[in-house]
Amino acid sequence: MLDAAARPEIYREPLSQEQFGIVEKPLTPFERLYNQGWLRKLFVLAVLAASWEAYARWLDNELLVPTFSATIRALAEGIAGGVILTRAALSIEVLLMGFGTGVLVAAVLTFFAINTRIGNDFLETMTAMFNPLPAIALLPLALLWFGLGTASLVFVLVHSVLWAVALNTHAGFRSVSVTHRMVGQNYGLRGIGFVVRILIPAAFPSILAGLKIGWAFAWRTLIAAELVFGTTSGQGGLGWYIFEAKNQLNIPDVFAGLLSIILIGLFIENVVFRLIEVRTVRRWGMQN
Amino acid sequence: MARDEEPLVEVRGVTLQYKTREHLVTATYRVDFNVFRSDRFVLLGPSGCGKSTLLKAIGGYLNPTEGSIRLKGREVTKPGPDRMFVFQEFDQLLPWKTVLQNVMFPLVTSGKHDRRGAREKALGLIDKVNLGKFADSYPHTLSGGMKQRVAIARGMAMEPDVLLMDEPFAALDALTRVRMQDELLALWDEIEFTVVFVTHSIPEAIKIGNRILLLTPHPGQVKAEINSLPRGADGTAAGAELGRKIHAMLFAEETEETSHA
Repeated sequence: MLDAAARPEIYREPLSQEQFGIVEKPLTPFERLYNQGWLRKLFVLAVLAASWEAYARWLDNELLVPTFSATIRALAEGIAGGVILTRAALSIEVLLMGFGTGVLVAAVLTFFAINTRIGNDFLETMTAMFNPLPAIALLPLALLWFGLGTASLVFVLVHSVLWAVALNTHAGFRSVSVTHRMVGQNYGLRGIGFVVRILIPAAFPSILAGLKIGWAFAWRTLIAAELVFGTTSGQGGLGWYIFEAKNQLNIPDVFAGLLSIILIGLFIENVVFRLIEVRTVRRWGMQN
Repeated sequence: MARDEEPLVEVRGVTLQYKTREHLVTATYRVDFNVFRSDRFVLLGPSGCGKSTLLKAIGGYLNPTEGSIRLKGREVTKPGPDRMFVFQEFDQLLPWKTVLQNVMFPLVTSGKHDRRGAREKALGLIDKVNLGKFADSYPHTLSGGMKQRVAIARGMAMEPDVLLMDEPFAALDALTRVRMQDELLALWDEIEFTVVFVTHSIPEAIKIGNRILLLTPHPGQVKAEINSLPRGADGTAAGAELGRKIHAMLFAEETEETSHA
């Protein structure tokens, strides 16, 4: 070790902020465009559409693969003529009925599951049994019980939504931190007030994930159900529209129907759920 | 300090036990103490002395297996807004509410104020803890020290009979901790609220408290209940002396144990 005299103490005045010049260099236009996520995705879509068009033209068989432009034309005509819109509206109406009922039942089941032990066991057993069971497998039974029509569809939809939502909500409730629970109790909150004001917002990321999964399950189940059994019900949704078009060998309409299913799915996922996410869990810093 | 008024919090022969998966743990054994109005009452002891468990029992989160805890003469049986809790954890603020909403929330749900009254009250307290500019920020954008300030503001806005603080500054860095201690004392000078403060730091106990309860570990038992120094005397020789005295009392048994071994 050096002795103290050999190591002078050092004191300095830090520079004031104005003396730092911040050096900035603008990005090139290409870099700036490339930074836009939607633009990159749009580019991917454009490439896909172009290769579809090219392949279909080379194949030149409208019964197997219609061209992209023919599909878009069929879609535009379907929308302009109102057929696709009314069919989509019908599908969505049934879907919302099933989804809403499913979420409601899930809420009741989860409420009992967090408040009583037997409710907890009931929910765990039921989800373990029914979650792996594809909803569409219940359709034959549903038709037997509820007859042809909306009631059967709603039944299978409830089945497809219920377990996913209940499972996620329940898991979310159980992972609410002890501190948040104690804070809620400190405020004198109990029972339903505690669930609504503390547990639901605290578990919202899981609940939202459950709703998304439930929505996707329900949408798939509905289209599949309409495709398989749509023929027997008087009026059908988008699945029935696809089935009809195939029977008439109107393949561009089949593709147009598929495309509208994709578009609706994209809209719900990227607009509706995204908006809820941005307004809630992201703003609260619970999810990045 | 001679007092002839009734104690605000009366802890009488309290034994606390809780179950883990394999054991029944006795956290404290027959602890007695009184907290009077405007006390800054510190529960001090090494980890495992049951001080946090004791505070939770005053908060009503668990009931004593023996003895009783009374607040203003009424037996404590469950949590309630008359004993506001400030936790050690930064996640005690509700992340889905802004700073202002966090402070307002208990005021409204407990029915103490209507929305407008709660808003005014909350803004006043948020100003007092120097967070006026952050009233509309969400908790995840705040630093640890700021979050603890909001928690203190929330507790004080409720004007509880007693504020229960469970090592509120333990998770802060040393510099922030000192500032928060000073701010808490400045707030106390202004409002003279009653606070029960848990810590494992001897200097913090001497600085914050006017009365210090020393607990020994496994299970927690009262070793001593002593007066702290007058305000601002914690940095003096008397403070160092008191610190040594407390240290000797807390670690007396441990030295015995080592000498036996």
